[in-house]
Amino acid sequence: MAEITLEGVTKVFADGTEAVHSLDLRIPDGKLIVLVGPSGCGKTTVLRMVAGLEDLTGGTIVIGRREVNEVPPGERDVAMVFQNYALYPHMTVYQNMALSLKIRKLPKEEMKRRVHEAAQVLDLEELLQKRPRELSGGQRQRVAMGRAIVREPQAFLMDEPLSNLDAKLRVQMRAEILRIQKDLQVTTIYVTHDQTEAMTLGDLVAVMRKGVLQQVAPPQELYTHPTNLFVGGFIGSPAMNLVEATVSSVDGATFVEFAGQQLRVPSEVVAARPGLGAFEGRRLILGIRPEDMEDAALVPGAGPDDRFPVVVDIREGLGSDVYLHYKIEAPPVLTEDTKDLASDIDAKALEDLKTQASEHRSVFITRAGPETRARAGEQLEIHVDTRRLYFFDPATGASIYDDPVASSSGAAARVTT
Amino acid sequence: MKTAEAPEETEELVEAAPPRKVRRYRVRRLSHKASMYVLLIGLCSFILLPVGWMLTAALKPDLAPIFTATPEWVPTKFWQWDNFRRVLTEKMPFLRYMINTMIVVIGNILGVLISCSIVGFAFARLRFRGSKVLFYILIVTMLIPWQALMVPQFLFFVKIGWYGTYLPLIVPSFTGTAFFIFLIRQYMRTIPKDLDDAARVDGLNTWQIFWRIILPLSTPVLTVCAVFTFLSSWNNLLGPLIYLDSGEKFTVALGLANLVSIADTPWNLTMAANLVTIIPTVVVYFFVQKQLIGGIASVGLKG
Repeated sequence: MAEITLEGVTKVFADGTEAVHSLDLRIPDGKLIVLVGPSGCGKTTVLRMVAGLEDLTGGTIVIGRREVNEVPPGERDVAMVFQNYALYPHMTVYQNMALSLKIRKLPKEEMKRRVHEAAQVLDLEELLQKRPRELSGGQRQRVAMGRAIVREPQAFLMDEPLSNLDAKLRVQMRAEILRIQKDLQVTTIYVTHDQTEAMTLGDLVAVMRKGVLQQVAPPQELYTHPTNLFVGGFIGSPAMNLVEATVSSVDGATFVEFAGQQLRVPSEVVAARPGLGAFEGRRLILGIRPEDMEDAALVPGAGPDDRFPVVVDIREGLGSDVYLHYKIEAPPVLTEDTKDLASDIDAKALEDLKTQASEHRSVFITRAGPETRARAGEQLEIHVDTRRLYFFDPATGASIYDDPVASSSGAAARVTT
Repeated sequence: MKTAEAPEETEELVEAAPPRKVRRYRVRRLSHKASMYVLLIGLCSFILLPVGWMLTAALKPDLAPIFTATPEWVPTKFWQWDNFRRVLTEKMPFLRYMINTMIVVIGNILGVLISCSIVGFAFARLRFRGSKVLFYILIVTMLIPWQALMVPQFLFFVKIGWYGTYLPLIVPSFTGTAFFIFLIRQYMRTIPKDLDDAARVDGLNTWQIFWRIILPLSTPVLTVCAVFTFLSSWNNLLGPLIYLDSGEKFTVALGLANLVSIADTPWNLTMAANLVTIIPTVVVYFFVQKQLIGGIASVGLKG
């Protein structure tokens, strides 16, 4: 058990690309932190540096009380779970799990005890004499976990351990990992691309982008208080709807205007964001999460100031919810952040974003209740939970909370551990 | 699930189809099989033709003509099996030669496996300065024909007093063979790098990674190298011819060659001895053919 501290950790590869830029991160003892971000954001590199598989270009890594910059991987007392499991194909499950103990010259009895204990925890006892290729994906995954557990290490490092499993198994293994981590109370760094994993597993979630840490926070805080446009757009599924808007005050009431529509911003929202005043009459970016909108017909007490009319394009019924897609007569937000977010989905998403920008319209998604009568091609009023609006500075991408002077540095990492 | 369902489906399809179609399908499949067999038997007997000729020659009495105008094949009218006993026990100390050859062969295989696997591992999986240049130099040495090195090598080994011993035939293999190093490197490069990472985190050092992880996973290519080495050193004539001076040290290949003289070569006995020397290679191939073919396929080596 140990706290892990990264200070100013930087990695520049031989070809000159900077994979990680001056990363500060503290993982409290026994906690699970998830590093999440689009591919190529440097999260795996961070993990490999903690494991000792990559040298640091700058900064220090401390595990427990020991600086480990120059300590070889085997002596760092960390165990790693790899994306493709990296089981030794020529060894049985038992040998796979026991190898590290054998190298450490543990007594045979102790070795046996630990392997069998881990096998029991992971339900692997029947498989101990099998070889990896005879196992299913889920079983291999469990063996990889077992190999980490028997070490009784100071920390677990997990590199997208569930990404090779099918969806159902992933949910099951996610719960398993959570259970084991909580039982053993081992400090864990977990890298993933999948935000559901990030939100469900992490005591803390660290969002990275292009080698720079964006925000570290408990999952709920990350969701409700994203530090910037990138985090806001990355966390949440379907992604937050973003649109350019202006804020204006009329008779002490604040309104936000976008695409010819107007929403009244509740006074408590304005009060919680002193920085908003500075943007009055100026362009800013409004974010509305799909789950904070609803078919107005399903919201009994909805007032006239928190709804706007749309024509539904697509209706996707999911059973529990209905996703409504519709167009808004305003260009989509086209900044580095949103481009990054789109290209993380695929090249086509980025193309779509650019087309929408040229056509001066963007697509919104609303997550409506299953009772909605909305149909494709029909008009509909959308109600917005205006207490949950997000505002971003278009110049920096930073969330607008505090005074503009204070939040001007908000584009950099906001660390709240 | 899918694979379990597939056969049922085809069966149903076949049943549903008109019986004439089914019969035609079966006939076609059968005739296809039959023609394959005919073709393969034909090719095999073509390849076995010289071996058959050797056998008939080996079974002839001393005075029967060997090189007849139309080569004789099995069956033949002579069945003098005693020729085998004569050549192996009277004409030459065949057992002695076999043991000598095995010493050289085993020495060579050990040498190749030890040296080439270590060097191949370094080239395949370690990052070090100049590895590329060294590798290219290694590849270039493959282009130097052995004959070019023969004389300087001979002079060298005579100088250090190894003439007349097996050392010049064995020791060079411990210094690595470019071709085998190349093969092993290519193979080891295909082993996922994550295994090294996992092993390092598990606390293995480079030597242990080589010994416990990479080497056991490289058995297919090591088999290929071992078999090739076996074949080449078993059949090697020039090396023993140059370095061995006394008859009791001769290898099988050299012993065989010595049976042939300008006049009065006992061809029937020579063929008998030849046939016997083929046996070990055939046996070796028989036992390792599966690994050999797998290994050759996996290292992308053809021919």
